[in-house]
Amino acid sequence: MMGAEFVALSLPPILIGIFAAVACALPGNFLLLRKQALIGDAISHVVLPGIVGAFLVTGVVAAWPMMIGAGVAALIAVGMIEAIRHLGGIEPGAAMGVVFTTLFAAGVLLLEQSDTSTVHLDVEHALYGNLESLIWLDGMGWHSLLDAGALRGLPPELPRMALTLLLVIALTWLFWRPLTLSTFDEGFARSLGVPVGAVGLGLVIVAAIAAVAAFDAVGSIIVIAMFICPPAAARLMTNRLEVQIAWSVTFATLSAVLGYVLAGYGPLWLGFQDAVSAAGMIATVSGVILALAAVFGPCRTRAGTA
Amino acid sequence: MQVATEQGQARDAESPLDIRGLTVTYGEKPAVFSVDARFAPGVMTAIVGPNGAGKSTLLKAALGIVRPVSGQVKAWGRPIAAGRARISYVPQRASVDWDFPTRVIDVVLMGQYRQLGLLRRVRTRHMEAAFDSLRRVGMDGFAERQIGQLSGGQQQRVFLARALAQGADLYLLDEPFAGVDAATEKAIIDVLKDLRSKGKTVVAVHHDLGTVPEYFDRVLLINTTRIAEGPVAGTFTQDNLQKAYGGRLATAQMSALA
Repeated sequence: MMGAEFVALSLPPILIGIFAAVACALPGNFLLLRKQALIGDAISHVVLPGIVGAFLVTGVVAAWPMMIGAGVAALIAVGMIEAIRHLGGIEPGAAMGVVFTTLFAAGVLLLEQSDTSTVHLDVEHALYGNLESLIWLDGMGWHSLLDAGALRGLPPELPRMALTLLLVIALTWLFWRPLTLSTFDEGFARSLGVPVGAVGLGLVIVAAIAAVAAFDAVGSIIVIAMFICPPAAARLMTNRLEVQIAWSVTFATLSAVLGYVLAGYGPLWLGFQDAVSAAGMIATVSGVILALAAVFGPCRTRAGTA
Repeated sequence: MQVATEQGQARDAESPLDIRGLTVTYGEKPAVFSVDARFAPGVMTAIVGPNGAGKSTLLKAALGIVRPVSGQVKAWGRPIAAGRARISYVPQRASVDWDFPTRVIDVVLMGQYRQLGLLRRVRTRHMEAAFDSLRRVGMDGFAERQIGQLSGGQQQRVFLARALAQGADLYLLDEPFAGVDAATEKAIIDVLKDLRSKGKTVVAVHHDLGTVPEYFDRVLLINTTRIAEGPVAGTFTQDNLQKAYGGRLATAQMSALA
């Protein structure tokens, strides 16, 4: 299991799964504390019309136009959410609910009405992604990791997701202080001259980048799950933000690895024939981790009830 | 007359916070309407008025936390942005989520954000300043506590410690005595009086009329518009209170105060 076959068939999807999970979980921590966790859900829904739109404009199914289309759709959605919040004076959850259902529905209509039946572009693909198909045919064994020629054959999703993760980590590290400060106490942060609005918008844009990159590689189910489940479970494990971030990364990684392995081998162990969707299993594992943390986590009491 | 004007101009440059014609609206209704207030340096001023009179809003708008419709705010004669490093703001305790995963010491260190910037390391002197601030409010034994485990009074003291850690010259406090125990009230007023004795300026939104003469030197009475401003002795009168509160204050209560 850990030999050449593993390197070619399982290592790339596992790594992509880990990178995608961690890239979404990191901004998810802050979105959760700002009570904006649903924004991950919103973004992953609105990328569908973006991707269909990109296909209609360019006529090809290629990664970059689709990612740009998805990114544009995500930014439009963020703008709509903010506009509805401020103009309508309603809470963010309601604004997100209105925007993402509407845009997702528009995406489905667009998909059905346009001539996309001949290409591999469907709702199922958008939901589950294609993690299992991200294999590395040039990977003949562990030694291939040092072979430049073989490395060129890696699925492009892997370096793209790795870059996205690096970007997310770098920005989280760089803006740690203004981010925590304006998340905890917006008024005080403003009195210090912290550009609170820009920080909040930056966080949502980073979340959108992570969501779009992950969506392309692993589908929206993982994106939605990873924005919420690992950070929420991590919050129940500790009362310190730094530790919470570490737990969320651990839980995201654990979900990706365990989910992939269980999806591939679990049914066989149980005597069934076929593997199940890795994306679905990864999301399920993250949900189970959250459930366990909710029952056994050490920091489950709210302030004032302790 | 000439002398008075010159003195007025000299004071103008000195005033840590000078508000002119400040108007803020939430929706259609003005919360603060064309308020002028020039806070005197080195003294303690209470902002007093009935609920919904725009006391907190006045502070927030002066700091740019909410955007005023019109008006001018100057700190030491210059735009407020230039004075931020010398201004400490203590928001209402209820304005934040105390379930936030952080410790007391982390909150106090937030007061040194302007010194620390994005990436500068927290050094011994920053920690010492933070611990010194906690000591001044009697909370040095709580540095490692999660903030959600504190009582209301302790939370308020942590907020004050964070402001002290800034080392500012002007302290703007929003209801610092709201819902705190007697020991905390005493601790806070001692700290504020100590700040005054060091020449700092303190402005606090205050809701307990009974303690105004005891705690403060000057008072600003507002009810959306400015009612009166001046030394407590001549300004905190039955007449002015009647104007600010209308019929909401019983006459017996008033005569007990003024």
